[in-house]
Amino acid sequence: MTVLLLGAGSDMAVAIARRFAAAQYNVQLAGRHAAALQPLQQDLQIRYGISATVHHFDATAYDTHTSFYTSLPAQPDITVCAFGYLGDQELAQHDWQEASRILHSNFTGAVSILNVVANAYEAKKAGMIVGISSVAGERGRQSNYIYGSAKAGFTAYLSGLRNRLFRSGVHVMSVQPGFVNTRMTQHLTLPPLLTAQPEQVANAVFKAVQRKKNVLFVKWPWKYIMLIIKSIPESIFKKLKL
Amino acid sequence: MQKRLANWGNYPAITSEESAYTQEAQLRSFVAANHGFIARGNGRCYGDASLGKHSLSMLKYDKILSFDTAAGVLETQAGVTLDQILDIIVPKGWFLPVTPGTKFITVGGAVASDVHGKNHHREGAFSGHITEMDVIIGDGTTVTCSPAQHTDLYWATCGGMGLTGVITRVKFGLKKIETAYIKQKQIKARNLEEVIRLFDEYKHYTYSMAWIDCLQKGDSFGRSILIVGEHATKAELNAKQGQAPLQLPSKPRLTVPFNLPSFILNTFTVKAFNWLYYGKNFKKEINNVVPYEPFFYPLDAILHWNRGYGKAGFIQYQFVLSLDQKEGLIAILRRISEKGWGSFLAVLKVFGQQDSLISFPMEGYTLALDFPVRKGLFAFLDELDEIVLQYGGRLYLSKDARMKQEVFWKSYPNAERFAEIVKTYNPGKRFESLQSERLSI
Repeated sequence: MTVLLLGAGSDMAVAIARRFAAAQYNVQLAGRHAAALQPLQQDLQIRYGISATVHHFDATAYDTHTSFYTSLPAQPDITVCAFGYLGDQELAQHDWQEASRILHSNFTGAVSILNVVANAYEAKKAGMIVGISSVAGERGRQSNYIYGSAKAGFTAYLSGLRNRLFRSGVHVMSVQPGFVNTRMTQHLTLPPLLTAQPEQVANAVFKAVQRKKNVLFVKWPWKYIMLIIKSIPESIFKKLKL
Repeated sequence: MQKRLANWGNYPAITSEESAYTQEAQLRSFVAANHGFIARGNGRCYGDASLGKHSLSMLKYDKILSFDTAAGVLETQAGVTLDQILDIIVPKGWFLPVTPGTKFITVGGAVASDVHGKNHHREGAFSGHITEMDVIIGDGTTVTCSPAQHTDLYWATCGGMGLTGVITRVKFGLKKIETAYIKQKQIKARNLEEVIRLFDEYKHYTYSMAWIDCLQKGDSFGRSILIVGEHATKAELNAKQGQAPLQLPSKPRLTVPFNLPSFILNTFTVKAFNWLYYGKNFKKEINNVVPYEPFFYPLDAILHWNRGYGKAGFIQYQFVLSLDQKEGLIAILRRISEKGWGSFLAVLKVFGQQDSLISFPMEGYTLALDFPVRKGLFAFLDELDEIVLQYGGRLYLSKDARMKQEVFWKSYPNAERFAEIVKTYNPGKRFESLQSERLSI
């Protein structure tokens, strides 16, 4: 079995790569800085005795996505879409560069590559797609609605894809990690009870993949928090400082 | 991220701004852009050596870079812990060249503390097995150093408590083993005289150390259990062990889930524990073959055992005195036994010779014991420091959280030279810990 990790440089992706490698999956690591992935490649091979490969992948270089996928040494059984960019909300409100980077890294890039993967999986009637989305996409809030809207788009895309591919026997899983202690969030102070370690996310993803879960909330309170947040009437919600 | 940090002794505990990176380029730019921080590993040194207002956690810089299974050479990033390494190398027939009493330390920490193990008298400290390493120095560049290149940086980094820079990559030699087991011998010694004699009698063993009961007086002063061992050969295993000689039998882990109230540890309970511990060996001598884990890491079996000392934390006091200063050892043990504040067990070991710049070990006796933090403790330890100084000894910086700066400067013969090299690679105190501030290094 082979798992492809798109955006393999993130802390969450490293943990996911190790979890699957520990279960003897071969791992394909894809990211923008391929050279930076080589230590991880060595690490996975030495620790787990599996085969790991490194591939250059740029989420926003859309026209390369088909050739990227078809030139992989083996067709992956599972594709994990783990790239993303949190960005700076305030900057993005004024600076289109930042806003567009957030939108493209989190949404358009994911749609572009997963379209390719989905078509390949549909054709062979096998495979699984795991998309790491975010609870931020459940409802737009003033503090991060640009990132949130991109993730909302991604979440909707994944649910549509799940619907479409069901008949082909291809499973699509959406992951809502909640807060995770990673480099992306190291400047934030996060509530410990709602914050997962990357290894916890990896474990949860691995288990959920075995069980073919549709939507995974890594820390269970998030499911209910988001239910509550979504049920607040807009007339009240718009007055809140969230 | 603001984080509450303390090392294994839970003293001192501070709030620190912690950063972590997974790429060397990120580490380099962090170093170039920041001041007054210290790199830290798994927080298993006891005192304040890896604590700072700003800290750079290396735990995510944890990739294994190469493993030559034929020659037994391992190359890792600094944040890999020894327990992860053991899981990889032991099944392939290799072992750590030197290991301290816990496997939950990082490779970077092993270098920064220049850790020693039960085999110091035969195989030296960790620094003796390094082929080369990378250090990011004060200007944000990476320098590769070894006993042959950039030797001043190399020797000031081994045991240098992270003050020369951020250790990022270490390549070191491993030791060939046939099995994951140790053939051990435990010998009861009635008193200090006897255990010192036994150390000498058994010095040809690769591994040796003794548990010593510091609370005994009179004839039993210094009663101990000497434990020596060798890596077992396949022929020495029983049938069951022999089925998978390089695999450890699996065992559940215990933990101390929260800080115990400190009144639980008093002279009475400590005495009772020591009595049981000493008494459990009915025979004068026990010989058996045990997995390497309980032999090297008896306390790792109880996760968070440090919480047993309560919220105020504890100080592990470890000193070394040269072989001809046995009276010093006796004098200190007497003070400890009179005071009755000591821990369950203390560890006594004889170090072999070591040439180093700033590493702790030197040929002689080393004793390590825990003292729960309480009123009057620091004054008492200052008195012990005086005796250590008087007999030409020194304290282990990895355990230290409180010694006065003059004790450091008087006891480490190369302190001046070390400080000079630190200044070269770390101008303007870019790398700074609570310890380096306290000791004014």
